Amino acid sequence: MKILEGSRAIAETINNIGPEVVSAYPITPQTHIVEDLAKLKADGLADYEYVRAESEFAAISIVEGAAAMGVRTYTATSSQGLLLMTEVLFNVAGMRLPMVLTCANRAVSAPINIWNDQQDAVTMRDSGWLMWFGEDNQEVCDLHILAYKVAEKLALPVMVNLDGFVLTHVVEPVEIESPAKIKKFLPRYKPQAVLDVKKPLTFGAFATPAHYFEIRQELHDDIVSSQKVIKSEMKKFKEIFGRQLGLIEYYGDKNAEIVIVAMGSVIGTIKDVADKLKKFGKKIGVLKVVSLRPFPDEEIIKALIKAKNIAVIDKSVSLGTEGILATEIRRALYGDKKKVVSYVMGLGGRDITEKMIEGIYSGIKKENKKVVLAGK
Amino acid sequence: MKEIRIHGRGGQGSVTAAELIAQAAFYGGQFAQAFPNFGVERRGAPVTAFARLDNKFIRRRSQIYEPDYIIIQDATLVDGVDVFWGAKKGTVALINTEKSKSDFKAPIGVKIITVPATKIALEIIGKPIINTILLGAFAKLSGLISMESVGRAIRERFAGEIGDKNVAAAKRGWEIIRQ
Repeated sequence: MKILEGSRAIAETINNIGPEVVSAYPITPQTHIVEDLAKLKADGLADYEYVRAESEFAAISIVEGAAAMGVRTYTATSSQGLLLMTEVLFNVAGMRLPMVLTCANRAVSAPINIWNDQQDAVTMRDSGWLMWFGEDNQEVCDLHILAYKVAEKLALPVMVNLDGFVLTHVVEPVEIESPAKIKKFLPRYKPQAVLDVKKPLTFGAFATPAHYFEIRQELHDDIVSSQKVIKSEMKKFKEIFGRQLGLIEYYGDKNAEIVIVAMGSVIGTIKDVADKLKKFGKKIGVLKVVSLRPFPDEEIIKALIKAKNIAVIDKSVSLGTEGILATEIRRALYGDKKKVVSYVMGLGGRDITEKMIEGIYSGIKKENKKVVLAGK
Repeated sequence: MKEIRIHGRGGQGSVTAAELIAQAAFYGGQFAQAFPNFGVERRGAPVTAFARLDNKFIRRRSQIYEPDYIIIQDATLVDGVDVFWGAKKGTVALINTEKSKSDFKAPIGVKIITVPATKIALEIIGKPIINTILLGAFAKLSGLISMESVGRAIRERFAGEIGDKNVAAAKRGWEIIRQ
């Protein structure tokens, strides 16, 4: 185990995974990840081709082309950069290219703001990418290793998310897995269909109403059924690396009537609050949602079976309604009489403190609003 | 868990100081976390950085509101920034200044320790690079980090002569604290 910056941990893990083409455009707070990858290349410590792009639209297009040629690729971005990639992100998923992208989550403009929330990623919810959120840098690195395995197995792209600054810029201990160990879990990528002038193929070809529907349906069905493959890969991951990953994780009292649901690094703070409340004899559960896509409905329903008051914390808002994870939880629990309150917090880097979490615990029973924008 | 808040000015290496504390503590067998509070990144502007040390993995991600230690890299910050905010009984504030501790008004129960780090830095390093001196002083006064771990963390970041000078500076910081 080493102590290093989150961005460095990701860059080293990516290098050990061994992509053949890396292309990116720097944007805060993703910058250190791609700087480190460029430096590893410049220092002769990496085998990938590092292609400097003139924009995020170019960066994702470059890795899209490389992926279509049948090689393992990598790119990373944040905020406006992810938004600029939007059109290509949908194409990548539609063309079933097994790509992995890191999003260092950041607020979106306007007003311009470089700090952390998750509005960028959740806005891409319907792009056809699998979307995972890590709690700490160990989990983030592990999810990257898993992402390549799942992406290449299912021909689905995966976006691995981590909170910008909070995780990208924190120095903390992380086990960086070696290329040899990673290879045991993730063998050399063998593409099924590739662009080749000798055997011409068309990717993302024109589809009329006679075929488009079924192709989209297939993508939908494959995302739903990806859960099974992801879970079996998580088992293999544990056998090799010794760490347990999950689509969700439940922490705290199994019989708690109050459960707080969230994604990403804020889960760590919530777990600390849960431990503190437990000391005072108060029961609280914490549900971490790692996978927003696929959304593990059944597992979530099961995890929340005893819950009566559910607080869903979102670092994003579907403007005009509520937090996006809250909507997903409500949908999964439809027909149940549980109380679900959407707490929109942490927008644009506003700190989420333990006091704020304690406030949710003590206030949710009396809360009569469906949506609370809790800035303080 | 011990929580440390560092106040400095852009360019003084506040973030590096926090990272060195975390790295040194980690080399001593503890779990540690260091992170910046990025504001407007420009030289001279007040900046804050944080470090946490514990005997288990640190999950908490909020900023530090009730620090056990406050490191003030530039004494002129005391006039413009509420550097003692959230300080509690027993909080120790380490200030880089040539003034005496009676020149500072701290909340009741806060212990002030002063170190003329800029003066020492100019002597040893030849530049006003103060954070390794404060790191040595912090390691000694807190009892949380050994001088050996401080040296290792510094040498991992700064090679050769610069590393030697910074380790010497940290040692002076260590020695100046009499506890």
